Amino acid sequence: MRRTSWFNVTSLTLGFAFLYLPMVLLVIYSFNSSKLVTVWAGFSTKWYGELVQNEAFLDAALVTLEVAVASSTLATILGTMAAYVLVRGGRFLGRTLFSGMIYAPLVMPEVITGLSLLLLFIGIGLDRGVLTIVLAHTTFSMCYVSVVVSSRLVSFDRSLEEAALDLGCSAFDAFRLVTLPIIAPAVISGWLLAFTLSLDDLVIASFTTGPSSTTLPIKIWSAVRLGVSPEINALSTIMIGIVTVGVISASLISKRNAVKAQQDMQAAERGAT
Amino acid sequence: MSQKVFAPWDDPNEKPLIRFENVTKKFGDFTAIDDLTLNIYEREFFALLGPSGCGKTTMMRMLAGFENPTSGKMELSGKNIAGIPPNKRAVNMMFQSYALFPHLSVWENIAFGLKRGNMDKRDIAARVEEMLKLTRLTKFAGRKPHQISGGQRQRVALARSLAKAPKLLLLDEPLGALDKKLRQDTQFELMDIQESTGTTFVIVTHDQEEAMTVASRVAVMDEGRIIQVATPDGIYEAPNSVYVADFIGDVNIIEGTVKPAGDGMYSLAWAENEPPFLASSDLPFSDGQKAHLAIRPEKIAITTEKPEEAKNAVQGSVLDIAYLGNLSTYHVQLAGGQIIKAQTANTRRLSRRSITWEDKVWISWNATAGVLLEQ
Amino acid sequence: MRRFFLIAVPYGWLLALFLVPFFIVFKISLSDLALSIPPYTPTMKDGFGQMIKAFDFENFVFLTTDDLYWKAYLSSLKIALISTALALLVGYPMAYGMARAPEEWRPTLMMLVILPFWTSFLIRVYAWVGILSNEGFLNQFLLWTGLISTPLTIMNTTTAVYIGIVYTYLPFMILPIYAALDRLDESLIEAAEDLGCSRIKAFWLVTIPLSRNGIIAGCFLVFIPALGEFVIPSLLGGSGTLMIGKVLFEEFFNNRDWPVASAVAVILLLILIVPIILFQRNQQRQAEAET
Repeated sequence: MRRTSWFNVTSLTLGFAFLYLPMVLLVIYSFNSSKLVTVWAGFSTKWYGELVQNEAFLDAALVTLEVAVASSTLATILGTMAAYVLVRGGRFLGRTLFSGMIYAPLVMPEVITGLSLLLLFIGIGLDRGVLTIVLAHTTFSMCYVSVVVSSRLVSFDRSLEEAALDLGCSAFDAFRLVTLPIIAPAVISGWLLAFTLSLDDLVIASFTTGPSSTTLPIKIWSAVRLGVSPEINALSTIMIGIVTVGVISASLISKRNAVKAQQDMQAAERGAT
Repeated sequence: MSQKVFAPWDDPNEKPLIRFENVTKKFGDFTAIDDLTLNIYEREFFALLGPSGCGKTTMMRMLAGFENPTSGKMELSGKNIAGIPPNKRAVNMMFQSYALFPHLSVWENIAFGLKRGNMDKRDIAARVEEMLKLTRLTKFAGRKPHQISGGQRQRVALARSLAKAPKLLLLDEPLGALDKKLRQDTQFELMDIQESTGTTFVIVTHDQEEAMTVASRVAVMDEGRIIQVATPDGIYEAPNSVYVADFIGDVNIIEGTVKPAGDGMYSLAWAENEPPFLASSDLPFSDGQKAHLAIRPEKIAITTEKPEEAKNAVQGSVLDIAYLGNLSTYHVQLAGGQIIKAQTANTRRLSRRSITWEDKVWISWNATAGVLLEQ
Repeated sequence: MRRFFLIAVPYGWLLALFLVPFFIVFKISLSDLALSIPPYTPTMKDGFGQMIKAFDFENFVFLTTDDLYWKAYLSSLKIALISTALALLVGYPMAYGMARAPEEWRPTLMMLVILPFWTSFLIRVYAWVGILSNEGFLNQFLLWTGLISTPLTIMNTTTAVYIGIVYTYLPFMILPIYAALDRLDESLIEAAEDLGCSRIKAFWLVTIPLSRNGIIAGCFLVFIPALGEFVIPSLLGGSGTLMIGKVLFEEFFNNRDWPVASAVAVILLLILIVPIILFQRNQQRQAEAET
């Protein structure tokens, strides 16, 4: 049993207060009836009502979802392929360049990624809009997916694939029947990560979007530049709520699975042979 | 009526199931298998034994098709198999980690290989049931691999690799993950299954006891070469080198120069001012040649008085006694400083210990008790 | 054939949408500003020889003559460094506290650290606007307690940027340090104490050195993105805060000077290469140490 010292308790309490207090305040004041965001004037849900009426926000939300679903799905396919190539591909011409291109976007400032992609789209004469944002988001989020998936593949017992081959599978069948089902959790979290990154992105979308397609972050950005607004608080609360429910249920599910797996294991060892 | 001894390797008319001919495998600069030639016969339980890195796993992976030889010929039933991918070979492998598919049940794991062919669904089910029965797993068919014990997992792996009735089954350290007690039981189970299915087994192991227990023949490997291939008792009683003698079991090695003493007998001068040892040998040695006498501790008798009829007897003092329960091993230091291990069986309980530390004792053995080795 | 396809698709994608755009940025940073849109002379049209001839370092020379740019670079470096140090100061005790928390608590604490990461970055930065402004919650609170009598000006200063960066990138600092501390065998510290170290001495001599790789990884994970940060300085730093990501964005969208924006990007990249390579080396060393 480890010692829980006052120092540890204090640093954790203060640290988590720092992490969560701003968001808690945001959520509380989204129910403020006053237009003045920082002065409490009573409970009200009117900003939610106004938000739902605001078609510009709804349109932007739709565009954002469209982009996020398309780009995260594409990124998951490409990123999983890239991860497989990196971990299992062996040697091929330009492997170093390839792994460099996988890792570079992770540390590349968004302004540079955005700028360079915009210049490319202009150079080839591609009209900016949903398509260009999808292309841009796919490019950087596939790298995140491939990092998530390849870290799973590295710890993957290679003899499982060999066993499948040994039992008569072709390489593709071995991937489809054995590798993919086992790495599926990593692929799914890769997709979720790509989806969140896409939902969240302001800078790259600002560069690559056209006049007709505005994403939610761009919309929020232009609103918050003017200062705090209760409508944005309401919107933020909704987004925070979705993420919180999602993350908590995901962790509860994985915790339940882990507990169950452990119980199974213990039961198996007890009832051995 | 004499029962025929299973020894196809002694029959020149027998066709080997597997033939390695001058097979070499290199990984970059590293030579994993060095010009290896070997025959393995049908229905054999063949053990590849050696320390880690000796090339035994590489040999097995070449048989399975995961590696291809750099040069040389590899035949299965007279057909060259180099270059044939693992999924096209009538060879199956049981992996060291078992490699059970964690997302599939025991039943689905065993059926996995069968489903790859165009086998009828009912035939598959029948075959799986048969394998479950063979490995006593029927009760656990619906469980996932993490819901069964280590020993059961080992049996699932075995059932899965046997399900396709391969000509050859490869077992990579099949018992390595089990604890000692379970391992011993499982060794006999493996032998029973091998016998009842009639499949040729090739097992890779670093555990000499395991190899000796299960195998019909054992190949001792080191640094990519086979040092000796023989039956377990051949390996133990007639090792062909100090390496093999030392690798299998406990042994005393006495170095010296030989002098022929006629009638297949040689005398070994091993220390100044000491009478030479007498040893018989099938191998010819020339006068003055350097040789090593390898002699197992249990073949050496230890007494307080000089024995009358022993061919070789020498005096020393007891340095150490290791009591192992069923056996006791005495470390006896000779006048020249050499330490010889002698072993006696403790056949009686609470027998009075006649020999103790620092005692002067005589150790003795017959001329045929040891083996003379060149190197 | 299948293998070729498997490699070629992601490879081709990254070449076309990552590497090629990069060279375009590089190329444009070497070309002249034209008044037409796109606002750069398409140098490639006249053939390769012409293109090389047309290349000049005018834009880079311009960057050195106008002190806005090098001031912005320096200020970005300074802000990134200070925020990284602050994040370490806040993050290490948290990671340490998590690693020492009872076993059954750790997954929950871990989730609490990761949760903000899944929440919108923009919203998390925005949340601070309401806190730090002159009428914001912080000033209200401090006035109420009587600690101050006039509101503090935090919003639109570099202090606000530090707070914003530490807040948003804190999980990146905590997670690698926690991973390192979690692996640390408790008996090592007990051994150090057994051999005569005080608890603080044992912390300095055992815990800190053994979590070094986590500290380094965390620092780079905060420093690298902070250097090119755009949202935080724009939203919290006001017009007074110079950061290169913001300059680039404004150069591009407000002044529409694409060649200069590209030149700014190229130099930002050059500055980033050193920490990125150091980071990669640290990760590699760590990976090797683990195997």
